Amino acid sequence: MSKLLWIAFEASDAPAAAGFAQAVGLGFDLLQISGQPVTDIGADKVLSANLSEMPTSDGLAKAIAGVAGGYSHVGAVSSMRSKDVLARVAGLMDAAMVTDVVAAESPTRFKRPMVAGSILATVEVLSMPAVLTVRPAGFAKGDRGGSSSVESISLDATSVAKRLGASARGGARPDLTQARVIVSGGRPLKDAQTFESVIGGLADALGGAVGATRAAVDSGIAANELQVGQTGKIVAPDLYIAAGISGSTQHMAGIKDSKIIVAINKDPDAPIFEFADYGLVADLYQAIPELRAKIGK
Amino acid sequence: MRLRRALMKILVPIKRVVDPYAKVRSLPDGSGMDTTGLKFEINPFDEIAVEEAVRLKEKDPSIEIVAVSIGGAECEEQLRKGLAMGADRAILVETNDPLDSTVVAAELAALANELKPDMILMGKQATDDDNNQAGQMLAAKLNWPQATFAAKVERGDGIVRVTRETDTGDETLELPLPCLVTTDLRLNEPRYIALPGIIKARSKPLEKRPRMTSAAPKTRIVRMEAPAARQAGRKVGSVDELYVALKDRGAL
Ligand SMILES: Cc1cc2nc3c(=O)[nH]c(=O)nc-3n(C[C@H](O)[C@H](O)[C@H](O)COP(=O)(O)OP(=O)(O)OC[C@H]3O[C@@H](n4cnc5c(N)ncnc54)[C@H](O)[C@@H]3O)c2cc1C
Repeated sequence: MSKLLWIAFEASDAPAAAGFAQAVGLGFDLLQISGQPVTDIGADKVLSANLSEMPTSDGLAKAIAGVAGGYSHVGAVSSMRSKDVLARVAGLMDAAMVTDVVAAESPTRFKRPMVAGSILATVEVLSMPAVLTVRPAGFAKGDRGGSSSVESISLDATSVAKRLGASARGGARPDLTQARVIVSGGRPLKDAQTFESVIGGLADALGGAVGATRAAVDSGIAANELQVGQTGKIVAPDLYIAAGISGSTQHMAGIKDSKIIVAINKDPDAPIFEFADYGLVADLYQAIPELRAKIGK
Repeated sequence: MRLRRALMKILVPIKRVVDPYAKVRSLPDGSGMDTTGLKFEINPFDEIAVEEAVRLKEKDPSIEIVAVSIGGAECEEQLRKGLAMGADRAILVETNDPLDSTVVAAELAALANELKPDMILMGKQATDDDNNQAGQMLAAKLNWPQATFAAKVERGDGIVRVTRETDTGDETLELPLPCLVTTDLRLNEPRYIALPGIIKARSKPLEKRPRMTSAAPKTRIVRMEAPAARQAGRKVGSVDELYVALKDRGAL
């Protein structure tokens, strides 16, 4: 039987299932690990585990693999968590896996970027089941409506790995992967305080999220979860403002689905100007306060 | 009297990849990657894994580090570099078979069952295929706990404590041995190895052997093409002009 099991670690991971399932022409069930069951995205049924704490990956993967038997496809939104857990699920199920799917040609043929987005590969799945992580930006948003039935299930996710502690930063700003506006800063930002006031300040004026390059994260001026790019977050906002960012292949790999890219860089030959919709050759310490003043906040 | 601590063995898988800083294109007929004139390197994340193993060994010389690569004879070059960085010995599972993550995980699982390492340290992804799969699949096959995206690794008594990067920050896990850890960029900065170091490492043992399993790939790349290019934009002369342009597009 061909059917998709969509894994939603949180309620916000659920809606992307609809567009993807439509694109591959499969019906789907939703396995929701935590949060209020999402019943209006066209799932045949919602399996609600309602866990109050996210188990570590060894236990969670075992629990998911226990539910996933019998499905032809197991999918989730691409994220560090889904890669951590679903690749382990694939190992347990002896399944094929395709990460970072951006398009589907058929239920067994998918497109995905590789080599930091320099190449778009078409991958054929040779044996089912297939485990997939999906970038929602590649798919139309599915219709919302209707009301799926909800089944409570209890997952045995006992883990060998013990979580000793976790930091959840974040605060009031929108999540990078869902933000409509992102302001990102690179290496030239002097220190964490300057980064926060200049980049964070403009982001707040626009109601947006803050991103950073690896260079900015490595030098300690931005938090690691803000890294955008090949090995960081993949973003697709309506507006991406890159300030003091050269435009390395690895950084561009994370932002090329943005609708509008604005680059502010004092070097007129910076590679980012080849990709930016609007390029401003300027010192960011002058341009950003000026832009903020215009926005009037 | 203090008991002597048991010897610890760390297995570090290494992949040979096209230069991660090179601009890579697909071949005009879509059949693969054009690597003409490009250098090949250790996958940067695997290099970080070797470095971390060597740092653990510097604190505890009883540790043995075994580097392993699966692929053609040319992978010897990357294994030699791993040896020069401080691995004790290397294994090349020599094959020209098509490989995907499931095959790599199957081969490494067979090898781990033979060598019985206490820890496998490997890159979170390879910079050529960007898959981010093999480590987790291998941990599943071995039924070992895993800590992916490691930013810090500390060894305790029969355990390791790993601080790992997450979507929202970081978390610290404690894993009993044996376990599998995949490395992220911020775990360490690999040491620089000059050519003489690589030549000196030629005396370290490198064993070539055939594959141990008959696992067949479950995926195949059927086409590689250039991604849709972004429309080139334009330069604006001032913040004013930028502001007006963004307003006109409804972006502000
Ligand atoms: C395996 C691997 C994975 C990687 N993954 C990522 C990733 O996920 N994300 C990522 O971002 N990088 C990644 N990188 C790193 C990447 O190659 C680049 O080194 C990095 O993106 C550069 O960051 P940057 O643009 O901030 O710094 P730089 O390249 O140093 O650019 C700084 C820019 O700021 C400009 N500038 C300086 N001062 C000012 C000023 N006052 N006003 C305006 N402009 C100014 C300069 O002209 C320059 O163009 C990865 C690298 C490797 C090898």
